[in-house]
Amino acid sequence: MSNRELPLFEVFVRSKRGLDHRHVGSLHAEDHEQALEYARDVYLRRSEGVSIWVVKSEDVVASQEDDVETFYEPMEEKTYRHAMEYELPPEIKNM
Amino acid sequence: MSESNQEHLQATFDARVAAESRIEPRDWMPDDFRKSVLRQMSQHAHSEVIGMQPEGNWITRAPTLHRKTILMAKVQDEAGHGLYLYSAAETLGTSRDDMIAALHAGKAKYASIFNYPSLTWADIGAIGWLVDGAAIVNQVSLQRTSYGPYARAMVRICKEESFHQRQGYQIMMVLARGSEEQKAMAQDALNRWWWPSLMMFGPHDAESAHSAKSMQWKLKRESNDTLRQRFVDQTIPQAELIGLTVPDPDLKWNEERGAYDFGEIDWEEFMQVISGNGPCNKQRLDHHIAAKENGQWVRDAMAAYEEKRRARREAA
Repeated sequence: MSNRELPLFEVFVRSKRGLDHRHVGSLHAEDHEQALEYARDVYLRRSEGVSIWVVKSEDVVASQEDDVETFYEPMEEKTYRHAMEYELPPEIKNM
Repeated sequence: MSESNQEHLQATFDARVAAESRIEPRDWMPDDFRKSVLRQMSQHAHSEVIGMQPEGNWITRAPTLHRKTILMAKVQDEAGHGLYLYSAAETLGTSRDDMIAALHAGKAKYASIFNYPSLTWADIGAIGWLVDGAAIVNQVSLQRTSYGPYARAMVRICKEESFHQRQGYQIMMVLARGSEEQKAMAQDALNRWWWPSLMMFGPHDAESAHSAKSMQWKLKRESNDTLRQRFVDQTIPQAELIGLTVPDPDLKWNEERGAYDFGEIDWEEFMQVISGNGPCNKQRLDHHIAAKENGQWVRDAMAAYEEKRRARREAA
């Protein structure tokens, strides 16, 4: 009897044409094909989507919360990147 | 493929377009639709990237450190917009290298406006206000284009464009309120960028080579002339507010239409610039080619480093 755990896959679903695929969860499967089938069974029983992506979890490279400072902190100082930084006369309704 | 199968695929495609749905990368699509959307996305991507040049020209000469950081942030955004669009184009299986090669070979186009020089600091104001302003009018409309990845790229880009136009208008506003020389500089920039900005929307609907088919596919959602009119109507009050005058003797408010009438574009100039004879066509392309060639050692170094790492991993 094999006690080998099946590899983990992350599942992304496009709920409707025109929208991005969004992460919905993960599941264990033997291979990509099986992961697609399981994803259909697990996540799309009520027509929640029109397209599925499955990606091996080990292939996901992720940043950590500790990295946030180096990622975003300098950007918060750069308020000039935001449209609201530029005050316009009230006559200009939208720009 | 059997004929009935082909018909079925075409019918599915047509139904999706008719239902305001989106065509996604793995869907069957007619060959000429694929070619058309690729041409449009590649042209749009190249425009973002070539468009960095006239603005990049003023980074080292921005009048204050604050203006310099703003301009750098804007040019950086343009590079990002190029990336979004190249990525959207790559969903159809075309490689970015192929697109760049087509640009360098003169086979792929970019917006003709970037073939005009940026002569003074006021040009940076005019570009943000008018060129980005015109681009926004077009891009807002394209958020509803029928090819999904293109539409999504447009949504991302539009979110960032507002800052671009505002910083440009603010430059113009400050100059227009400044000394006589500064006001003259702002007016001169408006004089030179106005007509090329109107040309950005392309030929009149009747003369536009790709328009009819693109409209039918909902790749293009509104006609060139409709978008151009919208841009004129929103821009004239902005010019008046800061005391600048658009260089068009025929411009006047048409009460009946509820819109501005405006003069005819110099289409001969448009055709000349598009076919490579604008003031900076050669300079823009040469610079892009040189930037790629000059960066070759970086790509070589990265490849060599990767190779070394792989060898080390395999040896371990």
